[in-house]
Amino acid sequence: MTRMNLLLVVVLTACALGLVTSQHQARKLFGELEQEQERSRQLEVEYGQLQLEASTWAVHARVERIASRQLHMRIPDAKRLQIVRRQEVAK
Amino acid sequence: MNFAASPVLALTLPIWRSRFLLYLFIACFGVLLCRAVYLQGLNNDFLQAKGESRYSRVIEIPANRGRILDRNGEALAISTPVKSIWAIPGEVHPSERQLARLASLLEMAPSEIEKRLTGTGRDFAFLKRQIPPEVAERVAGLRIPGLFQSREYRRYYPSGEVMAHVLGFTGADDVGQEGVELAFQDGLAGKSGSRRVIKDRLGQTVEDVESIKSAQDGHDLALALDARIQNLAFSQLKAAVAQHRAKAGGIVVLDVDTGELLALANFPTYNPNSRNNLAGAQLRNRSLTDTFEPGSTLKPFTVALALEAGRVRPDSVIQTGPGTFNVGAAIIHDAHVERSLTVAQIIQKSSNVGAAKIALGLPAESMWEMFRDVGFGTVPGLGFPGEAAGKLRPYRSWRPIEQATMSFGHGISVSLVQLARAYSVFAREGELIPLSLLRVDVPPAGQRVMAPKTASAVRAMLELAVNRNGTAPRAQIMGYRVAGKTGTAHKQENGGYAADKYVSSFVGFAPASRPRLVIAVMIDEPTAGGYYGGAVAAPVFAQVMAGALRVLDVPPDGPMQPIELPPEGEEVKESV
Repeated sequence: MTRMNLLLVVVLTACALGLVTSQHQARKLFGELEQEQERSRQLEVEYGQLQLEASTWAVHARVERIASRQLHMRIPDAKRLQIVRRQEVAK
Repeated sequence: MNFAASPVLALTLPIWRSRFLLYLFIACFGVLLCRAVYLQGLNNDFLQAKGESRYSRVIEIPANRGRILDRNGEALAISTPVKSIWAIPGEVHPSERQLARLASLLEMAPSEIEKRLTGTGRDFAFLKRQIPPEVAERVAGLRIPGLFQSREYRRYYPSGEVMAHVLGFTGADDVGQEGVELAFQDGLAGKSGSRRVIKDRLGQTVEDVESIKSAQDGHDLALALDARIQNLAFSQLKAAVAQHRAKAGGIVVLDVDTGELLALANFPTYNPNSRNNLAGAQLRNRSLTDTFEPGSTLKPFTVALALEAGRVRPDSVIQTGPGTFNVGAAIIHDAHVERSLTVAQIIQKSSNVGAAKIALGLPAESMWEMFRDVGFGTVPGLGFPGEAAGKLRPYRSWRPIEQATMSFGHGISVSLVQLARAYSVFAREGELIPLSLLRVDVPPAGQRVMAPKTASAVRAMLELAVNRNGTAPRAQIMGYRVAGKTGTAHKQENGGYAADKYVSSFVGFAPASRPRLVIAVMIDEPTAGGYYGGAVAAPVFAQVMAGALRVLDVPPDGPMQPIELPPEGEEVKESV
């Protein structure tokens, strides 16, 4: 009887310690998960800001200004324009 | 040794003493038991809640507002998180240095901050809202007690003033206040969620208990708008308003096949990213919310009705000499006097006398029905806040002079969007199509309002108006056939017409052989460089149409020859 009781005490202690460790593990992992989620939120925010930046740089007025002033591009005039029609290409 | 015989032990205590102790202990246990029952049984819920409140917290999960995109996926409006700094005034006692640093970070005067912290007896005060997260971090670095931050969203509009009127804007709490932001608020706004967590002594979350409500981000919204065409339309309109020193202007570009609104611009406008000192004139979306008397742009509808009723044919001749026509006591004038004109020429030269004579041969009721069928007097149904319906009076109250003037667009008021939509009837073989602010994947069914034969006959007349003998030679585009009509109307003022204030307009479509786009241009009170629709609005139309057709890769249907303009001073003048 005494030996049985002793065995049970040992098992109980082991279980208790196991519970403590797993709870600790769980919290640690949860902490990591939280951090990663926070990071994903941060990255999403950054993505939004980069999108914003991209569309700010790509604003048509700016593109047009750079094309005409810096790169000296312009729309070709009539004499330089030749229309290739689809049917003609087929022939 | 015999203890039992010891006289000391033989001494007996009175029995009540042990009994007394026994009952005392039983009573004590009884008290404990009652207390335990009270705490764990009767009072359990309250205590449980109290205990939980020590470690469990409900935290909010913020949701993003959806983006607004153009038809090709280009971002037109994006929300990003920003911080707001707030304080509990009684608890903030910054040192001189801290205050100076804070003031420079927030770009406010130290005295202003002092005022906010002491001025009111409240226990909550915003110091500054919507500051960038980097600045907020540096403010947090100052470690001033009583100063807190909260997360908010701010909406940014990369295209600025170009799309301001269509997109509208959101208020400080990221709630739509104008334009598309307001019209589609429900879909764009996200629903923030919440969850219950366990926090430790340091305020870190250690365990997720339950998710109460998951956060739902707002949906992205794909508009029908094409950023390239919108930009083109806006820049041309802005240039025209400046060149003619006009008060205002508007332009609308519609897709003939789908009824989508490809561009809508107004001037004056505003920058939605910094909305200080806004005037009402800048905020108004004139093309949708303002109406004007359109003038001659309505003539084609009267002619279409007469063709439909079989009263005239395109080559029927109408006497227009001597350039005046008496209706009751009123006289209708033509600016460009001809002895007689065919119906097609009445459109081409924009003769008021001719249009009035045709109108008076028609019943008022059918004229009213035609105007109503092409969408005048009813809201265009875009779902945009403040869309105007215009004014179309019931035909029973029309006097003959009113019926005559209505044929050339006086005594009736329309918005620019209504006008553009009405012209899509000619472009679509007689069908009126519902308009859409959002991208349309399956074109909606149109509603037939006139016979295809009538629509194509009017289209041929509208093409004449744009050649060198018409009122709008400047609306021509190289490589494409264009059809359209000018309008020049005196502005109404104090119940009469102002002699020197005009609204110049042009509505047209191209390519005329198979129309793809309808563009309507309106310039309000041009004061320099002419005031005729053909001189003021038609060039804007031509520029935008040429650019938009190129952007959309529409194959040319006309000769690749330079545009012929009539010699200076010999242009056909439109009747006003």
